[in-house]
Amino acid sequence: MSVRSTVHALPTLLRVGFAGAVAYRAEMFVWALATTMPLIMLALWLAVAREAPMGRLGKPELIAYFLATFVVRQLTASWVCWNINSEVRDGTLAMRLLRPVHPLVAYAAENIAAIPVRGLVSLPIAIAALLLVGTGPLTRDPALWIVWAISMLGAWLVTLFTNFAIGCLSLFLESSIKLMDVWFSLFLVFSGYLIPIELFPPGMRAVGDWLPFRYQMGLPVELMTGAHDRAAAFALLGRQWLVVAVLGGVVAFVWRRGLGRFAAYGG
Amino acid sequence: MISVRGLQKRYRVHKRAPGLKAAALSLFQRQYTEVAAVDGVSFEIEAGERVGFLGPNGAGKTTTLKILSGLLHPSAGKVSVDGHEPRRRENAFLEKIMLVLGQKQQLLWDLPPSETFELNRAIYRVPRAQYERTLDELVELLEIRDLVGRPTRQLSLGERMKCELACALVHHPKVLFLDEPTIGLDVSMQMTMRRFIKNYNERYGATLILTSHYMDDVAALCPRVIVIDKGRISFDGKLEDLVRRVRPDKRVVLRLGGPVDIHALKSIGAVIRHAEGEAVLQVKPGDVSRSVAHALSVLPVRDLTVEDAPLEEVMRELFEQNRAASAGSEPSA
Repeated sequence: MSVRSTVHALPTLLRVGFAGAVAYRAEMFVWALATTMPLIMLALWLAVAREAPMGRLGKPELIAYFLATFVVRQLTASWVCWNINSEVRDGTLAMRLLRPVHPLVAYAAENIAAIPVRGLVSLPIAIAALLLVGTGPLTRDPALWIVWAISMLGAWLVTLFTNFAIGCLSLFLESSIKLMDVWFSLFLVFSGYLIPIELFPPGMRAVGDWLPFRYQMGLPVELMTGAHDRAAAFALLGRQWLVVAVLGGVVAFVWRRGLGRFAAYGG
Repeated sequence: MISVRGLQKRYRVHKRAPGLKAAALSLFQRQYTEVAAVDGVSFEIEAGERVGFLGPNGAGKTTTLKILSGLLHPSAGKVSVDGHEPRRRENAFLEKIMLVLGQKQQLLWDLPPSETFELNRAIYRVPRAQYERTLDELVELLEIRDLVGRPTRQLSLGERMKCELACALVHHPKVLFLDEPTIGLDVSMQMTMRRFIKNYNERYGATLILTSHYMDDVAALCPRVIVIDKGRISFDGKLEDLVRRVRPDKRVVLRLGGPVDIHALKSIGAVIRHAEGEAVLQVKPGDVSRSVAHALSVLPVRDLTVEDAPLEEVMRELFEQNRAASAGSEPSA
């Protein structure tokens, strides 16, 4: 990959990615709406909370948690696995490979470029929630907001790298969509997307701490909602970036090995 | 510029009989066969050459082009393109080459071609002024001014191909691999494309390898052809040498001023076609002068040309010869 080409091309990649995202406005809007699972979970958990207390999570904390989950999901989403699978199957990955920009960068730019469109859905909901419950459940420590911002980048990288690595497995397996489905099922359980991690039994929570899923979603949400003090936040952030580094290595390995198997079908 | 030595590309292909039983069995026991798409190909191409790759479907032409452009890793052999090993996909290599696949597109499907042009300008770091000059010229020559602002998905195949070619040339690649570049184009546009490609080669000294099923493309563009059949090279040389070797006989095309007797035609050469006002005869190369003189003396000739056999026929005959030769060399069961 050429760093010069990449840096030079990045603004155009982002602009073109944005143009692509708005080409199908309705589809993008419906897709963003389809990720409203946290809002459904919010209603469910609020009903549960009425029956019995759940640790530190009262009604405002639950509202803040699941709305933060919704926002984090909107801002860290990636669909690269599906792109690669389709491009490997029909051979169009070839056209990306001809350019002196790493396909990972091109895919990443497409994902980032769609964020403003997804923001059109997530921001009004976040603002409405803030007006509804106030900023009480959110952390007031500026240092933790900086940690949060870094953890958002880390969460996006974990999601992107996972998508890319599993997508590259299609170079070995013809299709790896089902593997992504398995990953997503585990993500739903262990990331804090459906169930806040702090409500997990201790044993399961310990397992979750060593899996990458929490660092895709749970960590930024927990940081936003004041679940950790500074020391715990820094420790978790360190662990998240360790996961990023490991996944980066996996991506490089799978990509290098997979390219040799690319059949460039069609044409 | 391009050096290929003992190139091989083998694929492992899953083989299965049709039907439910075979489908169920393939869950537990899979049978694979190894297919040699390219089987020991060697050639050298000088800078600025225009070379046509010819061969029947599945001969290994496109596979070779994909290896030369770094998309496929060879199973064996050595490949070098302007000093680069394509499989390494070095940045300096990718900036020099472009592959245009008639059946694939690099244009962004949902956006107008102008967006992909702009993207390539940024990726290949083409200075703005040079880009605008080049694009203006490409748009003019390929007659695509009205097309570049329309979403790619709304363009016809031919319109897309013209835009694909423009997109491929924005950064002035030194080596151009063209796989069926005139597919889907009408006859007049095919001629425009050929003129354009030839002009690009002559103006920029670009090396050009072309595959096409339209023999006119090859005849118009490529002084040298490499014929690949079943992954092996069966001819490498000048186009006229290929014609002379496979089908040395000449065609005498006669435009006639009145009806003629078929026996009169047969006395000159083998009759290939005879219709009102026209006849095409096939004669031995050494008999051309005599046959022409004879035709002019006994027939009401208004116009006469001497041509080689059409390239399509030459290729068909060559592939049949190859098939017969390989059938003869295979051991009987």
